[in-house]
Amino acid sequence: MILNVTNSPFDKEQAEKINTILSTTSKEQKVWLSGYLTANNLLDTPEETGENIPQYQTAVMTPRETREVTILYGSETGNAQILSESMASLLKEKDFHVSISAMNDFKSNKLKKVEDLIIISATHGEGTAPENAVDFYEFLHSRKAPNLKDLRFAVLSLGDESYEYFCQAGKDFDQRLEELGGERIVPRVDCDVDYDDAAEEWINSVISSIFETGGQNVDVPKEAVSTAGVTTEYSRKNPYMAEVLDNIRLNGRGSEKETRHIELSIEDSGLTFEPGDCIGIFPKNDEVLVDQLITLLGWDPDYRVNAGKNEETVTTKAALRTHFEITKLTKPLMKKLSEVFGNESLTSYLEDDDRIREYIYGRDLIDLISDFPPVGLTQETLFPVLRKMPAREYSIASSCAANPDEVHLTIGAVRYHSNSRDRNGVCSVEIAERIEPGEQIPIYVHRNPNFKFPFDDTTPVIMIGPGTGIAPYRSFIEEREELGIEGNTWLFFGEQRFTTDFLYQTDWQNWLNEGTLGRLDLAFSRDTEEKVYVQHLIQESGKDFYQWIKSGASIFVCGDEKKMAKDVHDSILKVLEEEGDMSRDDAEMYLSSMKNEKRYQRDVY
Amino acid sequence: MTEYDKELLEQLDVMEKIKLESNYLRGSIQEGLDDRITGSITEENTKLLKFHGSYQQDDRDLRDERRRQKLEPAYSFMIRVRVPGGTATPEQWLAMDAISNEYANGTLKLTTRQAFQFHGILKRNLKSSMQSIHGALMDSLAACGDVNRNVMCNPNPYQSAVHKEVDHFAGQISDHLSPRTGAYHEIWLDKEKILDTKEEEPMYGKTYLPRKFKIGIAVPPSNDIDVYSQDIGLIAIIENDELKGFNISVGGGMGMTHGNTSTYPQTGKVIGYCPKDEVTEVAEKIVTIQRDYGDREDRKLARFKYTVDRKGVDWITRELNDRLGREIEQPRAYNFEHNGDRYGWTKGDGRWHYTLFIQNGRVKDTDEYQLKTALKEIADIHTGDFRLTPNQNLIIANVTNHKKKQITEIIEKYGITDAEHYSGLRKNSMACVAFPTCGLAMAESERYLPSLIDKIEGILDEAGLREEEITIRMSGCPNGCSRPGLAEIAFIGKAPEKYNMYLGGGFKGDRLNKLYKENIGEAEILESLEPMLIQYGKERHEGEHFGDFVIRNEIVEEVYSEQDFHS
Repeated sequence: MILNVTNSPFDKEQAEKINTILSTTSKEQKVWLSGYLTANNLLDTPEETGENIPQYQTAVMTPRETREVTILYGSETGNAQILSESMASLLKEKDFHVSISAMNDFKSNKLKKVEDLIIISATHGEGTAPENAVDFYEFLHSRKAPNLKDLRFAVLSLGDESYEYFCQAGKDFDQRLEELGGERIVPRVDCDVDYDDAAEEWINSVISSIFETGGQNVDVPKEAVSTAGVTTEYSRKNPYMAEVLDNIRLNGRGSEKETRHIELSIEDSGLTFEPGDCIGIFPKNDEVLVDQLITLLGWDPDYRVNAGKNEETVTTKAALRTHFEITKLTKPLMKKLSEVFGNESLTSYLEDDDRIREYIYGRDLIDLISDFPPVGLTQETLFPVLRKMPAREYSIASSCAANPDEVHLTIGAVRYHSNSRDRNGVCSVEIAERIEPGEQIPIYVHRNPNFKFPFDDTTPVIMIGPGTGIAPYRSFIEEREELGIEGNTWLFFGEQRFTTDFLYQTDWQNWLNEGTLGRLDLAFSRDTEEKVYVQHLIQESGKDFYQWIKSGASIFVCGDEKKMAKDVHDSILKVLEEEGDMSRDDAEMYLSSMKNEKRYQRDVY
Repeated sequence: MTEYDKELLEQLDVMEKIKLESNYLRGSIQEGLDDRITGSITEENTKLLKFHGSYQQDDRDLRDERRRQKLEPAYSFMIRVRVPGGTATPEQWLAMDAISNEYANGTLKLTTRQAFQFHGILKRNLKSSMQSIHGALMDSLAACGDVNRNVMCNPNPYQSAVHKEVDHFAGQISDHLSPRTGAYHEIWLDKEKILDTKEEEPMYGKTYLPRKFKIGIAVPPSNDIDVYSQDIGLIAIIENDELKGFNISVGGGMGMTHGNTSTYPQTGKVIGYCPKDEVTEVAEKIVTIQRDYGDREDRKLARFKYTVDRKGVDWITRELNDRLGREIEQPRAYNFEHNGDRYGWTKGDGRWHYTLFIQNGRVKDTDEYQLKTALKEIADIHTGDFRLTPNQNLIIANVTNHKKKQITEIIEKYGITDAEHYSGLRKNSMACVAFPTCGLAMAESERYLPSLIDKIEGILDEAGLREEEITIRMSGCPNGCSRPGLAEIAFIGKAPEKYNMYLGGGFKGDRLNKLYKENIGEAEILESLEPMLIQYGKERHEGEHFGDFVIRNEIVEEVYSEQDFHS
């Protein structure tokens, strides 16, 4: 075949060169070339294939005389990474040199040479940098940090306004880079959980600024960036209405727990996912609470309001059910509310930060309105202040390869009593009590590049996931079963009681019998006098555990962050000390190098 | 006759192979107990576990729900504690009470064969339960399985010196026929493994018996143990207030299989008499005949009753005589009057005995009726003993005049009942466990019979029969644990809420009943019973029992032998 401008995407000159080469290549060479080109193409644009390649190291496009842009991300759950990747591909389309990596994968001695630095960082719960950014953060804040007077930078921070140290890591990066002499390209933007619009705006303004200063005059289309879900039309901004196929309680009778298993149809949605990924659900506030709130405020539930950007008007009741968060108070929200409440005692109450912190714990908007009745509060004054309803993300518990038309989730119902009222988790209790099979709920897929499993039969995999932390392993093992990979897997699971709380018991039994799951260790804390948890099992089997690590095992931890993940971490260190004959420092070094090699991954909440 | 060649083994029932290869009932039970992934053990081990007195069961009420919840069935274990002759001390009662609270579902079941049963014991508590039972000087070995089971005996040895002596023989037979394997002690009581297991079972051999084997001793005029339902039924022969010996009945048994007419309930045949001191030897020889000639190819036809019917009573007698090296004597005269219990206080042998009515043998506390607490309080002060009756009731036996007053106070305080105000029908009622724990149940039994009796009592009142003693028994499946084949009115479960209804059994437990209607529900049961009970109330002869009445009126035909049962 002879290529020309009409039968190929090449121009005349290109077509001639290719024709010359092709005329002298053998069949084998052509096959090789085609494979080579395809493979490289995949590497350049991983999102489009749905495949996952965790290390997005410097992928350089055709050279062009522009400054090089370095994008570094610090990602907790993958949002910062995904934003970074989509910004990188946008820049590449404009023929920029772009290098992108997690902050910890960036060689800090190269920092001095960086021209344009883009930082997109999430913040850990306590206001610290995410795990894959900690090293870089410490370097930047240390004496070793270089003078950066030739650097231009921009910071986007992601966070959750309900935390006290909202977006703290991003704020720190931003301030420190300035201190080191850097020049800000655009001001930092701090995003709450519904980050899409703000992030998109920020990315576009950074790109425009770089172009402008580079003397180029290129139009950046307003909607240049699609920040979530490159592959499908459904995304966080455009959630898919998934039909609930099944909604069952996994705990047997007599259990103190209520863990729901829901199965959602994603047939024809085009949504795909991998083990370790999450599903975000946009919940609705409990109607009872909404009614109570409206009554308290003496409002007309049918009064129509404009709820958010570019939206049609909805009734007050509908707005409060779906658009706004009403079950959580945060410090910034309190400050904003005090401005519209017109209640002087609230204003003076808020002068003391400790008092605010104490007050917002376990209280909601209804409490605040009862305690500090507002004067003449209207929808028009309140709604702009309220936080947009955030989505809740849950680890996926099924394999897309095995069940491409379905996605399963494992959701623990959150219920507690505080300040003389029963409180419910907005999403988990909506699922537990109000969502019936046949109904539809808005969902999106959230990729989690920091919780990715090996799919070969030579890498041993240790999975630690008590409670709902079991979910991603069900997805992983189901996928391995589908791929026909046997054994080399070891699961630690724990809950309260064997008889009622052994989540997905029959699934695990089957996978053990078939050999997809190699070993299962169980801890049921309420069955024995002395409470046994997964971290105890790890130490009990310390010898085996260490052998697995030595033979190259990857360790995964999913579930409760505050206690479990900490204790498990400590247990692993103890195993390294005792079985590996290491000092505490050596053990910590060893584990952190495992972390860097992605052999120790955590999805904790 | 204890070793098989491979070819022969292939033809035998799979259970024979399991027994043969179990190393005298050890199997891999220990490994099964150690497996923490499941609350169950393997099917093969469940079969061996029966010999240790325990059945794996699951809460059948929850089976479907749990399947949807991706949980395995709610497995638990039943333990049957062997109580030869049904005798337990107050200390043993208290131990059983404590075990039921600590490990089981909080209730105690007194069985139709005078044993204690615990239900709902989780696998991880099985061993502790066994050890606690052992601590109370009791055991569950051979309470189930293809061996001689709990030896039954009329439960009131204090009624006379004769009763006491009979009880002694029950214990002797039980001990003599107990398995000798060390498996029980090794697995449950952490005893050292016996290394030389060459001849652990001199009588049974490696494959034990083809099927379960039941022995019971009746003391006329009471046939409370249903002597004709036993593989070996022994009838105490008393002359001049002195125990002389026993009439020997062979080949009784209740079980059958729905839809398989080669299976049937059968009454035992009296083949002769032996002096009392020979009774243990006679029992052993009969057991060995069954060991050697019982059907090991088809378990459904493996009970001794089928061996007796296949070989003939005469052949059995000759074989027994051969094995004894002498001839058994001709049967002696005896007379039964009833097979139910006599409730309330009675006096015998200088002491008092109180027979307590316990609905279907279930000892438990409810808000309205704190039976279990009451019995625990009685056990705390009782100096005599407890007797489990073959009708699932309880005798507080051997009470002194002094204690009688205290015990009466407790009885009155809790209002526990001697059934004085109950209908004659309820007093003579019996149901097996069935749902939710029994794996064989096809329909409800223990949970249903009381409410069915409530409704039948309405008819009885109308017919003026409230005081009339009528035996009524229900079993959830045709295995017949409540010995339904011998009741005047009986129900055998076919499917949820559906029963086969039988009529015409002998009041003394001496005649099988006959199928009257198949696969009927409650409405039809009541519609059927109403006219015949009304008629019975009007037209019965003096002293005529309901079972005899329905035959005289040709409502059902009389059953003389098993051939009549299905015809």
